[in-house]
Amino acid sequence: MPIEFKKKPGLVAYLTAGDPDLATTRDIALAAIDNGADVIELGVPFSDPLADGPVIQRASERAVAKGTTLTDVLALAKEIRAARPQAGLILFSYLNPVLRLGMKDFCARAAEAGADGVLLTDMIVEEAGEYLEAMNANKLAPVFLAAPTSPDVRLKAIAEASQGFVYAISRVGITGTQSSLTGDASQVVTRLRQFTELPIAVGFGISNAQHVRAVGEFADAAVVGSALVQLIEKTPRGQEAEAVGRFVAELRG
Amino acid sequence: MGGATGGVPVGVTAAMVSPAGQLRSAVGRFGVYGGRYVPETLMAALEELEAAYAEAQKDPAFQAELDDLLHNYCGRPTPLYYAKRLSENLGGAKIYFKREDLLHTGAHKINNALGQGLLAQRMGKKRIIAETGAGQHGVATATVCALLGMECVIYMGEEDMRRQEPNVYRMRLLGAEVRGVSAGSATLKDAISEAMRDWVTNVRSTFYILGSALGAHPYPMMVRDFHRVISREAKKQILEQEGKLPTAIVACVGGGSNAIGAFYEFIDDANVQLIGVEAGGRGTAVGEHAARFMKNGGGSPGVLQGTYSYVLQDEAGQIALTHSVSAGLDYASVGPEHAMLHDSGRATYTLATDDEALKAVVTLARTEGILPALESAHAVAEAIKLAPKMAKTDVLMVNLSGRGDKDMGILVKELDLKRVEAKG
Repeated sequence: MPIEFKKKPGLVAYLTAGDPDLATTRDIALAAIDNGADVIELGVPFSDPLADGPVIQRASERAVAKGTTLTDVLALAKEIRAARPQAGLILFSYLNPVLRLGMKDFCARAAEAGADGVLLTDMIVEEAGEYLEAMNANKLAPVFLAAPTSPDVRLKAIAEASQGFVYAISRVGITGTQSSLTGDASQVVTRLRQFTELPIAVGFGISNAQHVRAVGEFADAAVVGSALVQLIEKTPRGQEAEAVGRFVAELRG
Repeated sequence: MGGATGGVPVGVTAAMVSPAGQLRSAVGRFGVYGGRYVPETLMAALEELEAAYAEAQKDPAFQAELDDLLHNYCGRPTPLYYAKRLSENLGGAKIYFKREDLLHTGAHKINNALGQGLLAQRMGKKRIIAETGAGQHGVATATVCALLGMECVIYMGEEDMRRQEPNVYRMRLLGAEVRGVSAGSATLKDAISEAMRDWVTNVRSTFYILGSALGAHPYPMMVRDFHRVISREAKKQILEQEGKLPTAIVACVGGGSNAIGAFYEFIDDANVQLIGVEAGGRGTAVGEHAARFMKNGGGSPGVLQGTYSYVLQDEAGQIALTHSVSAGLDYASVGPEHAMLHDSGRATYTLATDDEALKAVVTLARTEGILPALESAHAVAEAIKLAPKMAKTDVLMVNLSGRGDKDMGILVKELDLKRVEAKG
């Protein structure tokens, strides 16, 4: 199941697993896929999400409070894979839960669950030796973050270490919605493009269909996270999957 | 004496090498611990900081300015005081206090805040952020920002703002903006996360003055270096006063900045015991203490806030809540150099409970007329346990990292509630 963005720009949907509960996250993921999401980023909730803004912080807190663990998220990934064999599936986590499970064990179980790749928020390329070895041994795609502040020498290393796609951060800062895109986003994509043929997805602050279209002007895919998580937070229980399905269809235009 | 450099050569190489010349860390590593685990957006800033710090260390003008301020503004060197009454009452080792509590702003924290503040000025950064637990690092940073004319924002857990209220007022008086953090347990860990979120957002204009020997490289090394002056002075002073090195050195360990500063110049003196004291809180169950090295206490190697070290966590890798009566020790992880010293056995780590620390405050106040901070009182509590078991010819040095005025509210409440009895 290679990660593919058939219709440009592609759409990557981030969900905090276990918010409001694991079964609902599964239904939401399936609705997102059925309405045009190419890739699901399944977020492992963490007690101390320091790269995230208030929306994803709150979702993580709710999911952690419910006792959602990395093992639960791996089981959820397996269910989503079984139900939608064609969709891209990335596990998105802070490093500590992965270390606690064990890097090799985690990669083996992620592959067994049918994930295509992994993104670790606080893993930089210099520290990634053991991680990349375990990922390669399990034929999983490591996706690294590239930032507007990253100098070219770092972007090159990030591009070379990544598989599947490269995740370009649209602006300095934490995750969260915003009203408009900054010039940082296209610049980082242009600079990254010198070093890779891989698709480049742009995330952080991509909140509506207009943003997705704007990203399509210069990148291969848009990542929508906080806007989806916020929608889930605001929607009455039981109606989340339907609401997300409608929103993803709208993003797809 | 009284300088940050003394006669020891400094520089990036020296910082990575122990005084005896043994290679200690290559890429921000302390054994297997340390490293850099941060969002990519911060990497350019960490690399810029690392380069600027290396350059500053080689610049005699930087060192001279730092030395001058440490001496004339902060009051270094701090005394090494022989606590005669306490020693005699306990009937064992001679106890000496390294009086970091007498430094300007009332704790060792100013050593590092001043060093990093001067570095920020050198780098042309006009906006400073910092986290604080007990408020001592926040006060030190606010002070340095006032001195250097820089904008200052301090992140502090709301629980800590409540229990260390005098320090909140001090920071505001000094012109700093104090931003309360309500996430998690609203203590030091949550304040660090919020400071890191600010830094990642304002990374181009902002310098993050991290207050303990924690976080991503180069912070643990740099913070340690700015506090090395403690052990450099103490070594000279104890040789002058006793003609020999101490038998043991005791320091409290939250993040571990005062302890690493007090230990560092003695690491290669194998006969000097190094003893770190963690917060034993009010019980041994996870959530009731902040003793990362305690056996079966929930501490194991992991990554929190940029560094690989011992972390209190659950089986799924979620960070555990912590408790200590002392806000400055109430943290789920510990500096990576301490993790290395723990594993190698070069330092040993023990704990003092809330009650023991409170009792030690009263004992020291009534025996020596010194009111220690609740953090430092954990080290005093260990000294009170240890000294009677030692010979009268032994020398026990305690790093008295801060003074206790900030804790008056807690002391009034806790001593009254718990009716701690103290023998003068």
